[in-house]
Amino acid sequence: MNRTLTFNIFRHRPGDPNSKPHMARYKVEESYGMTLYMALNVIAEEQAPDLAFDFVCRAGICGSCSMIINGRPGLACRTLTKHLPDQITLMPLPTFELIADLSVNTGKWMRAMSERLETWVHTQSDPEVNRMESTMEPELAEQIYELDRCVECGCCVAACGTARMREDFVGAVGINKIARFRLDPRDQRSDADFYTVIGDDDGIFGCMTLLGCQDVCPKELPLQTQLAFIRRKMATGGGR
Amino acid sequence: MKTTQPSPWPARLDLAQSISGLFLALFMWVHMFFVSSIILGKDAFWIVARTFEGYFILGYAIPALVSMLVALVSSIIIIHAILALRKFPASAAQYGAFWSHMRSMRHDDTTLWLVQVITGFAMFFLASVHLYIMLSRPDLIDPYGSADRVWTGNMWPLYLTLLFVVEVHGVVGLYRLALKWGWFTYGSPKQARERLKSVKWGLTALFVILGLLALGAYIKIGMEHAREAGKLYTPSWLQEKP
Ligand code: HEM
Ligand code: SF4
Ligand code: SF4
Ligand code: FES
Repeated sequence: MNRTLTFNIFRHRPGDPNSKPHMARYKVEESYGMTLYMALNVIAEEQAPDLAFDFVCRAGICGSCSMIINGRPGLACRTLTKHLPDQITLMPLPTFELIADLSVNTGKWMRAMSERLETWVHTQSDPEVNRMESTMEPELAEQIYELDRCVECGCCVAACGTARMREDFVGAVGINKIARFRLDPRDQRSDADFYTVIGDDDGIFGCMTLLGCQDVCPKELPLQTQLAFIRRKMATGGGR
Repeated sequence: MKTTQPSPWPARLDLAQSISGLFLALFMWVHMFFVSSIILGKDAFWIVARTFEGYFILGYAIPALVSMLVALVSSIIIIHAILALRKFPASAAQYGAFWSHMRSMRHDDTTLWLVQVITGFAMFFLASVHLYIMLSRPDLIDPYGSADRVWTGNMWPLYLTLLFVVEVHGVVGLYRLALKWGWFTYGSPKQARERLKSVKWGLTALFVILGLLALGAYIKIGMEHAREAGKLYTPSWLQEKP
């Protein structure tokens, strides 16, 4: 009844001079409700104790376990093996620095992107800590929250043909963040200010609307809508 | 925050790419309707051809008017192509990266982009040939003149290829344009995309079929007229009754 799954997993430690990139094969008995996270743990416990892969939350919240699953990016902890064929190929996410095997440094990329796009609330005056915070309409808070659900897993970057060709492209994750801060009334930046950080071919105008991002985002963020929205705003109000 | 004034050009170029693409795609549809008037008969096409030469306003034909229109469209194509060059992969490494990405993703919209690049590239050559002929010999746009060019002049393989290339490129371009700027995207993003995708296939099929019918009509007329190739058509109401 139970299938035997064959895993082809990319193995390489860039830090080790003796390591050569190669694919290693592991066989795992499928169990009920098995996720890739569980399967990888079985492999690490029984066959390859040195296999490197990232996990924290096991529930699609932390965004650490993204990898290329049979050609497409996804979260390992949210991928059930029953939706996959018996042959499963796992590769590390491209465009990010490889740490080892399936582990990549998305954090470094995300940090560089955040610094470049200044993804924090910009205020003119120092906040007055003694006063009540100004209120926000629940609908608006809801809208901001919707975009804030991004877990920075990097799937949208790995799924983006533009990002694969041009390494400085900020990706849907970056553009979504701009959309998020643009909604936020506490952020006093104008469209002209946002234009300074994304109004070029490494930003919104680099996006070729391939929409790989929309189709792989594990949090199902409305990336397609946000990309079009920011493009309209930047093309009409940002430049001049 | 950065203090230097950013360049407004990326926004302008992006808009120019979309506007030129939109103009060209819509122009190609109108163009197709005019060209396929041949399906209705030689007289219908004769009227269309003469209209553009000002015949019905001036009382005599000025083919140079057509040359001017061709020059305008050619310039827009050149502008559009120059802008599109920015998006072409620039090195073997970029082609390689896109190719392996596309193969592994198995994702329609990613693959369609390569189709856009390939059909666009093909048009550099195919469209140039056609446009140059229209620019230099607008007087030969005529039921017999055109049909002879298609058949006796051996242009039909070029037109056949161009038909597919233009229709695919134009409609995929419009589809991307809608998604890029968020036009006609009411409903959930997924529904919007599926709807636009079926419209895209429908339009491609419509214009390819119309184009094939028109080309077929020219080939038929061209074959029948092969022995007298070079002579232009006289509309039926001006023909001498035998
Ligand atoms: C030498 C001729 C041409 C070349 C090299 C070319 C190339 C391209 C390329 C590479 C793109 C994709 C741009 C992107 O991803 O941002 C594109 C977009 C487009 N093309 Fe062309 N094209 C040519 C002629 C035409 C013609 C004749 C039409 C009309 C049927 C047309 C209609 C479009 C449209 C509607 C778009 C979408 C515009 C956009 O994304 O902003 N193109 N073209
Ligand atoms: S937008 Fe989606 S795919 Fe991209 S980093 Fe955020 S959660 Fe991941
Ligand atoms: S829509 Fe833009 S950001 Fe998303 S995958 Fe395509 S090019 Fe990348
Ligand atoms: S382990 Fe946190 S998202 Fe998968």
